[in-house]
Amino acid sequence: MTLADHLIIAPIIIPLIAGGLMLLLDGRRREAIAAISILSTLALLAVAVTLLMSSTAPEPAQTVKVYLLGNWPASFGIVLVADRLAALMLVLTATLACAALLFALASWHRAGSFFHPLFQFLLMGLNGAFLTGDLFNLFVFFEVLLAASYGLALHGSGRARVSASLHYIVINLASATLFLIGVSLIYGTAGTLNMAALGERIPLLDPSERRLMEIGAAVLGVAFLIKAAAWPLGFWLPTMYAAASAPVAALFAVMTKVGFYVILRLGSITAEAAGGASIFYAEGWLFTIGIATMCFAAIGMLASQDMGRLAGYSVLVSSGTMLAAIGLGGTGMTTAALYYLVSSTLTVAAFFLLIELVERGRSQADDVLAVTLEAYGAEEEGEFEEAEVVGVAIPALLAVLGVAFLACALLLSGLPPLSGFIAKFAILSSLLDQHWLTGGGTISLQGWILLAVILVSGLATIVAMTRAGIRTFWTFTERELPQVRSVEIGAVALLLFLCVALTVQAGPVMRFMQATASGLELGRPYIGAVQAKTPTVPTPRPPPSEVKP
Amino acid sequence: MELVIAITIGVLAGSGIWLLLRPRTFQVIIGLSLLSYAVNLFIFGMGRLRVGAPPVLDPSEPANLARYVDPLPQALVLTAIVISFAMTALFLVVILVARGLSGSDHVDSVERGS
Repeated sequence: MTLADHLIIAPIIIPLIAGGLMLLLDGRRREAIAAISILSTLALLAVAVTLLMSSTAPEPAQTVKVYLLGNWPASFGIVLVADRLAALMLVLTATLACAALLFALASWHRAGSFFHPLFQFLLMGLNGAFLTGDLFNLFVFFEVLLAASYGLALHGSGRARVSASLHYIVINLASATLFLIGVSLIYGTAGTLNMAALGERIPLLDPSERRLMEIGAAVLGVAFLIKAAAWPLGFWLPTMYAAASAPVAALFAVMTKVGFYVILRLGSITAEAAGGASIFYAEGWLFTIGIATMCFAAIGMLASQDMGRLAGYSVLVSSGTMLAAIGLGGTGMTTAALYYLVSSTLTVAAFFLLIELVERGRSQADDVLAVTLEAYGAEEEGEFEEAEVVGVAIPALLAVLGVAFLACALLLSGLPPLSGFIAKFAILSSLLDQHWLTGGGTISLQGWILLAVILVSGLATIVAMTRAGIRTFWTFTERELPQVRSVEIGAVALLLFLCVALTVQAGPVMRFMQATASGLELGRPYIGAVQAKTPTVPTPRPPPSEVKP
Repeated sequence: MELVIAITIGVLAGSGIWLLLRPRTFQVIIGLSLLSYAVNLFIFGMGRLRVGAPPVLDPSEPANLARYVDPLPQALVLTAIVISFAMTALFLVVILVARGLSGSDHVDSVERGS
């Protein structure tokens, strides 16, 4: 076993050690703690990129790397699995973490104690959830990331945050019980919690046991849909994300994707079990839920009075789009959904950071006032008398923020020329391809519904964003300029630059997503690699069943 | 025994859900605790109920898996107990903070009708 083989566990170990080390340090030594945090996050990014590079090998057998914890064979011990999808999510998480940390270092990390340790533990939980190949470990990593997220959501304190976190914690504790019920039902029927072994055993189950297994899978699915904030389980999200401090909300943008990731992963592994259609996609229900989420989020966006909630609903739009896309199924659709996942996560994170910068100089009352004025058609009369001079100079800082806001609006609503457009275009084009151009038939009713809802939700997004933008950047109200440090703008610029890079390099990125999606298809390479992995040295102890008297 | 366990799980889960839907934070936390007890028993039951069968192998006995009960659900229950205990403690702290900040023990931090 070389060092490269041990690299798989590094994304879990690095933040664990870093976070633990910070707890040992005196809380007043902020520079040392911040330095450890930066080093750990950069190391995570390096490891994630290395894993991603090594997962691009041409042969499918080499793209899935299996790590046996404790050196037991997969059916007895716990495994970590790094394939293309997991590596992609690791890179996305590490990138977001870098941007959020950069932003937080300007001022937010001083708003309360233990920001950096909690941040590292959240990363550990996220990375663990992406890498694990075992359902119960998934539960443990979920709890690790949730426990850290409770602390981070409360970061900065204040009544709104505490109240929103209260709801968030109750909902997640209740969903943890659902998770456990689902896991134990699956264990009780299939007799294993290893994902790869599950994929093998489900087809062999007795029909009576099979029904119970499916109930377990459904209960488990509900727990993941709560994480992905799908309608009607996602009402907690906009309030909670709007209340969280900006760098935390930016990192939380990837948390709803964990639910989506697990559904995609389990869906791919159990796909063959149900004869092509996966039991986790629940015969079209996932599609319906995705569409309902998008409709709800579009209405919510139009109704939002402040930008924080607007961003929260844009998280819901992206969740709904991805669920509907994989609910329809097909490699092309999964490819497009993965591209959309990366693009929308980066965009939403950038938007959360940007909102905080823009709103720094405003009071809450301004937003309500602006909407009220619009609603009652009141003209702002006094303004025009003063503004005899044609043209009002916009300060340079506001111009920069305005351009970033414009980019976010384009990305979120899916207008050209940025990556949001490419992502939505890919979804629509695979929809048309799949059912029409190559299939020779007509587009199914579901296809038309998805087409219409994606376009309408894009329209709602652009309406809501334009309204918020005009209110923020073009109104004549006297306002103080926000105090913004260049590092903070740098974090937003980094995320937006990555979206531009995704646009420019759309071809190679799309090819990678295609390879990822076809690797997921039927879950064969994954199951094969996990089952084929043997312990590296002869097992030091005999297995428990062969114990001699 | 199956009937007793099933009724216990049902009563615990039922009261847990009812309390979870109540408006006071104290009721919610008790509801969550009851619910987690119900789930722990449920996981335990999923390893099949057997009386007098140990989960840990005894080297002095002849090796025969039929004498033993499945040890994995017991390990799972142990983990679940620890996690739910920690989460309940954390939730209690948040409840106390919310009570201190808002002066109300309503889950929305605002009394209905005030």
